[in-house]
Amino acid sequence: MKDRKQLVVSAIKDGTVIDHIPAKELFRVIDILGLDHIENQITFGTNLDSEKLEKKGIMKLSGVFFKQEDLDRIALVAPDVKVNIIRDYEVVEKKVVEIPERIERIVKCVNPMCITNQEEVRTKFDLVTRHPVSIKCYYCEKITDANSMEIISSG
Amino acid sequence: MVGKSLVSIDDYSKEDYLKILELSAKYEKNPKQNILQGYVIATLFFEPSTRTRLSFESAVNQLGGRIIGFSDSGTTSASKGETLSDAIRIVSNYSDLIVMRHPVEGSARWASEMATVPIINAGDGANQHPTQTLLDMYSIKKTQGTLEGLEIFMVGDLKYGRTVHSLLMAMSKFKTTFHFISPDELKMPDEYKQHLDALGLKYHEHKDFTDIIAEADILYMTRVQKERFSDPIEYERVKNVYILKNEMLENTKKNLKVLHPLPRVNEITVDVDENKKAYYFTQARNGVYARQAIITSILGLNK
Repeated sequence: MKDRKQLVVSAIKDGTVIDHIPAKELFRVIDILGLDHIENQITFGTNLDSEKLEKKGIMKLSGVFFKQEDLDRIALVAPDVKVNIIRDYEVVEKKVVEIPERIERIVKCVNPMCITNQEEVRTKFDLVTRHPVSIKCYYCEKITDANSMEIISSG
Repeated sequence: MVGKSLVSIDDYSKEDYLKILELSAKYEKNPKQNILQGYVIATLFFEPSTRTRLSFESAVNQLGGRIIGFSDSGTTSASKGETLSDAIRIVSNYSDLIVMRHPVEGSARWASEMATVPIINAGDGANQHPTQTLLDMYSIKKTQGTLEGLEIFMVGDLKYGRTVHSLLMAMSKFKTTFHFISPDELKMPDEYKQHLDALGLKYHEHKDFTDIIAEADILYMTRVQKERFSDPIEYERVKNVYILKNEMLENTKKNLKVLHPLPRVNEITVDVDENKKAYYFTQARNGVYARQAIITSILGLNK
């Protein structure tokens, strides 16, 4: 049994471990980080028991390192993730994510009459509040809040 | 301001507002000059708005500038499916400044990113119409002598009315006390009240305004439109509550002025027009001077 558990959480030599992803947001995190387009080895786990979250997801990305600003893009859907940077099987750095002040492309504007929903215009928002999250469209100036937030694409 | 687009009333600071109002007064004294000679101003009205377009065009013509443009996108390539960004890039080649009105919200900000000349937003859907706000402020300043510490009563559709939202944002920089008079369905949205709370400004909400306008310096009327109501019975019930009649002005302050962004339908009865406190037609004329001030400021023509 113990061996089996180790298989699921098998260590990586160098790379990034993203833990405490809300299980239901795992695929959005994959999408936002563009992980469906890379060729590195990635191990996912999902619907794992968690003390903090109902069910959590985890991913281990071998040989992948993110810039903080790219990691911050997942903060909209997974604000409480723990990110560990691994070098030679050791955790050398721990990171958290923070919603950036300017959010580009990943969220759809809630306003159907907004230019971003009418023509091919990339969305752009400014952060208004963090808890709960609300963002203001740079174009139509309408507020999109956590309840109405829809993630549209990978960057 | 020079060379910069005016898309939203928040694009300008309090100092910018005051500068524009000062210049508006200058243009009111001397509205016919040749300061725009040799300049081409495009007026692109992707949706019709005759009043606003004529005001801009009069402002430009009186200063000797030339106008190109259209008054309805039905006659343009927009009706053939051309994107807004293509249209704006092309017209940028032909003009020194673009005045645009478009039904889509955020279209003016997007256009300002695409254009190589400044954009003045003359209305983007329900979002912004900043030159209206500046002419409202000019009207307030001119009639009250100051913008500071006034009692402004806003009546009618306070939920969807972009003019009242922009005016609130702008006047909140001048220690204004606000009174909101509207039916429940059309109340001032919370985000604006929170903005006032954050600044420590006072506001009061009412459902009726017959007995409370004695304190008012400015009565800003807007139209209550039937299509804004989810319940037509509710509309029928409240539609006459938000109509200003001449006798209601009897015990009001001497300096009170009644403003309205126009067009008016029936929310101000015609007998008010003769009252000295009715100011909406002069307000519309002020729009020409305010727009002259804005256009020449953006083009950097005011010494």
